Amino acid sequence: MTTTQTKPLAPQPEVDTAPLKRLRRDRALLQAACIVISLFMLVPIYLISLAALSTRESLNDFPLSLLPTNLSFETLGAFLGSTGILGAFGNSLIVGIGTLLISALIGIPAGYALARFAFPAKEPYQLFLLFTRALPIVVLSVPLARLFLTVDLYDTTYAVILLHTALALPTTILISASVFLSVPIDVEEAARVFGCTPAGAFLKVVMPMALPGLAAASIFTFVMSWNEVLGASILTLDHRTLPAQVLTSLADSPLAYRFAGGFALVIPSIIFIAFMRRYLTNMWGSTIR
Amino acid sequence: MTVDSPPAPVQLDTPARPRRIPPAVLLIAPSIVFMALLLGWPVIQGVLQAFRGDEGFTLDYITRMVEDPYFWPAVRNTLLLIAVMIPLQFVFAITMALLLRSNPRLNKVHFFVWAIPLALSDLAAGLVWLSIFNDRGYLNSVLTSLGLDSIPWLAYDNPATLFLCVLVAEVWRSTSLVLVIVVSGLQGIPKDYDEAAQVFGATFWQRLRHVTLPLLKPSLQVALILRTILAFQTFAVAQALTGQNFPLVVGETYRWYTALQNPNVAAALALVILVASMLISVFYLRALRDKGQEGTR
Repeated sequence: MTTTQTKPLAPQPEVDTAPLKRLRRDRALLQAACIVISLFMLVPIYLISLAALSTRESLNDFPLSLLPTNLSFETLGAFLGSTGILGAFGNSLIVGIGTLLISALIGIPAGYALARFAFPAKEPYQLFLLFTRALPIVVLSVPLARLFLTVDLYDTTYAVILLHTALALPTTILISASVFLSVPIDVEEAARVFGCTPAGAFLKVVMPMALPGLAAASIFTFVMSWNEVLGASILTLDHRTLPAQVLTSLADSPLAYRFAGGFALVIPSIIFIAFMRRYLTNMWGSTIR
Repeated sequence: MTVDSPPAPVQLDTPARPRRIPPAVLLIAPSIVFMALLLGWPVIQGVLQAFRGDEGFTLDYITRMVEDPYFWPAVRNTLLLIAVMIPLQFVFAITMALLLRSNPRLNKVHFFVWAIPLALSDLAAGLVWLSIFNDRGYLNSVLTSLGLDSIPWLAYDNPATLFLCVLVAEVWRSTSLVLVIVVSGLQGIPKDYDEAAQVFGATFWQRLRHVTLPLLKPSLQVALILRTILAFQTFAVAQALTGQNFPLVVGETYRWYTALQNPNVAAALALVILVASMLISVFYLRALRDKGQEGTR
């Protein structure tokens, strides 16, 4: 028996190519399946872009052309020029950044404590964080609207920032805790040995290592705030965020306006995901548990 | 549990230090205060709002809520949507994750594309699919150019297609959340198990059923709870696609609050959502308990 003869079941000279063919066919099917799913995800985005970038007349045609034959910025321009939209864009940015800053300010220290210290009520605290993730936004918005009315915060961006921070805080704490856990404690101790204060060790050694993860967490907070519709539209009247503005003007607006609105909401999320894509699985994987 | 702490750093407690407040408490105190004010307090207020009238305890708001002609359709639609959507998108997401694990060409690109809806609001998803499903939209355009009759997908007297449209839009938008959780769960499973099963001659389905899925259970549990809770809150998709024609419970809350100006009934509806979310989480935790306990990490 020579060692080269690995197939004792193939005495015939012809090599059996069936398994190889089957393998190739399976690979091709896999590729095709991936492409089909990607198309399912992409085609709607293509179509909303097409609808938002078509002229108003071409949107009235039927059947609609599936190819970009009549591109123009007229519809989009009309949407951006309509009352309240630019202001709503600004409000969305303010609310998003405000939410990001406050939840980072409160959430990152708490996450650090969760990752590095043992403290008495740690278990209940973590359970509490998990529980708050299950709180529906709608449960908070209605009572908060009344509270904000009494303290004169109703219909301000601050009200929405506070609501969004409350919603984002548990996630921020859990994410930053997992980020700090991934920074080895040894480097921190080494810094202490060489004479850093605890705060100095945190700022000079831990923070630079944790920064990418924390930045990803912040983008996530921003996205959440950018997308939140219900709470923002309950808490404001004139200072609406973009989704709230689009939602409240849905009923009495032409289709072209709605498509442009949809497009304006879709584009930022593609950009967010492009920034975030390296962190997607890390973050969701480690935080949600 | 949530975060496994490393062994706590050895505190060199000098007896001279008079301060008794440990640093950890100082670090988490702001978050506790903030959440108590903005999460705990509103929940209590919400319960009060739903049950307290001018003269003490009242069930008026609950009766008004239940007697509203939109209430039961909204409950039915919400439950139906969840019952159909959740299994569908889990099958979908697990398939997608397994496809990605088989390392197809361009798998980074595919993953990016499949993750895009993660950052989409349900309002945006509704508007996207509105451009497809509306009477003179792209789907009917395609049908017409193929020589078929166009179908009024979003007509109010066509509940089946209404449901289908909302379902497709929601599956399109929210499957990526499940996908990302499942993918990260799969990354934590060493390939050895699967390869070992393969060596012993297990078929693909056997490996999926007896190796991959049991190991994936903690991730699936998390995804299931999160997705169901979020699914109860779906409303802007339906609002954008159908207006009032496909009522959902959260949409009703919005209507009672804005159009009908009745925060008390809105609070009562919100409580329905809260109770349903709590019950479903407890149910999942119980049903999937046995392995979820030690497998979470």
